[in-house]
Amino acid sequence: MTSLPAPAKKKLGLVIDLDICVGCHACAVACKAWNDGGDFGPLADDDPYGAEPHGVWFNRVHSYEVQPPAPGPRLDLLHLEDTAAPAPQMVHFPRSCLHCETPDCVTVCPTGASYKRAEDGIVLVDQDKCIGCQLCAWACPYGAREIALPHPKTTTSDTDRKDAKRGTMQKCTLCVDRIYNETLDARDRQPACVLACPTHARMFGDLGDPDSDVSKVVAERGGFALMPEFGYQPVNRYLPPRPRRDGSSTAATPPAPATETLDANQLPPLLRWLDKALSR
Amino acid sequence: MRPALSVIFFTVLSGAGYGLWCWLGVALAAGVYPSAGVGVLAPLVFGFVLVTAGLLASTSHLGRPERAWRALSQWRSSWLSREGIASLAAYLPMLAVAWLAWRGSTGGGLRVAGALLAACALATLLCTANIYRSLKTIAAWRARQVLPLYFVFAWLSGGLWLWAWLALAPHAAIGEAFPLTLLALAVIAAITKFDYWRGIDAQPANSAGHATGLETLGQVRAFEGPVTEPSYLTHEMAFVLARRHGGRLRRIALGLFAVLPVLAIVVAVTTGQAAWMAPIAAIAALAGLFIERWLFFAQARHAVAAFFPAPQG
Repeated sequence: MTSLPAPAKKKLGLVIDLDICVGCHACAVACKAWNDGGDFGPLADDDPYGAEPHGVWFNRVHSYEVQPPAPGPRLDLLHLEDTAAPAPQMVHFPRSCLHCETPDCVTVCPTGASYKRAEDGIVLVDQDKCIGCQLCAWACPYGAREIALPHPKTTTSDTDRKDAKRGTMQKCTLCVDRIYNETLDARDRQPACVLACPTHARMFGDLGDPDSDVSKVVAERGGFALMPEFGYQPVNRYLPPRPRRDGSSTAATPPAPATETLDANQLPPLLRWLDKALSR
Repeated sequence: MRPALSVIFFTVLSGAGYGLWCWLGVALAAGVYPSAGVGVLAPLVFGFVLVTAGLLASTSHLGRPERAWRALSQWRSSWLSREGIASLAAYLPMLAVAWLAWRGSTGGGLRVAGALLAACALATLLCTANIYRSLKTIAAWRARQVLPLYFVFAWLSGGLWLWAWLALAPHAAIGEAFPLTLLALAVIAAITKFDYWRGIDAQPANSAGHATGLETLGQVRAFEGPVTEPSYLTHEMAFVLARRHGGRLRRIALGLFAVLPVLAIVVAVTTGQAAWMAPIAAIAALAGLFIERWLFFAQARHAVAAFFPAPQG
């Protein structure tokens, strides 16, 4: 059933500390490694060692440059203080499924393949039911879902590989095959990304329990949910970078408009011709 | 959004087919259809070809098309599932109309079957429009014009094909009311689409600062994406080609789906050359709608694109 279950008390999820994440991609690699070999079977990869590798990752690490605003000019008795903008700050940002409480990726699914577990809130895809319509990926503003299809431009023999042809939607399972796995040592029953993080920037726990370690750190550090305006109620929380000692990272500025350019040489021949014809 | 040809073919072709079935079904139900027998069967079958070609095209969008039947199960929550059911349900009254028309019936049974055909066609169009309209992540598709436009375009393109058949068919005398209704629809479509384009152009794009929640700290710039190669997400949801040529493609689309049909209808009504003008208008409108639908995808921004660095030129 792709109707959502009644809200559960238990809300398993991740807390990611943007203050101490160093952007090493260990979480992404550990995730890939575990999910390549675990119960899930090989994660789709197309041409993995070739010129244009293409594949599915449940976890991807972005890097952002944050430019704190320049402090306003302050008149001193003797001279005008320096008003140059402070140095920009680098924030590394791991992005994966937030295991939302009321996500549309579940309700838009026409087959019942996309579902939310009533017992712990984990959002999963039943690989035997998914038809690969991709509507769930369209419904997700967090980019949590990627389909296992061959590289759009590929011509290599690797397209014969079964995993690249799976044709179904893939997403973070919160390592559901680890966290309840009694063949593992108790302390290893955590998602692979959490265990791999060398700075302990990732924490796993029950965000539905206000007394859990993860809930406490969220309350203490002002953990926030991504893009709450969609109303999906993400379970995962991000801890903001701590304020810098010079106090420069606290004021708000309006975001800059995005710009776009197009590299016509990257396009397939038909589109390149169209681009040329329409550019006249 | 990347314009997937399979989905463009589906919404344009099936849309025209369901639009044609709407007109045919309503005319039969009201007892005003000017022909019978083969005169009903021919446009009905043409609608069947459009609808079925579109539905088959849509399955090629699936990663696992052989499992498409599973999509009929989640009608409680999913518009895509509802669309699948409505689209298959429409074949039942279609078969009834075909059977009754084949037997030369003109009685109450044909009226009821016609009404059901129109109802199922309308239901399918409603589901199709809602698949797009229900995606909160794509602001352009949340616009209030999206739902009415799916109906108007279906009625316009399907109606032009029905008009073309009636204009070409022997003994099918039709008045000027039908082509003039289509003319009004073309004008409504043009105005509504123009309003839609003006609206989405004014929508602010999602920003990296907002997507990451870091905007309170300062100006946020995506410094580096997670991988150097394009991924499914950048390929599917950060499509930029059409925005460069958007203005020109919009004018071409508008000319084909609105201006040309309007001129053709005016010429047909004033000179009586409907047998020539109607097919030209029908083909032009369909071609224009392919471009319109391509833009519908290509010019719709997905919220997730904000996470990624802008493509370098």
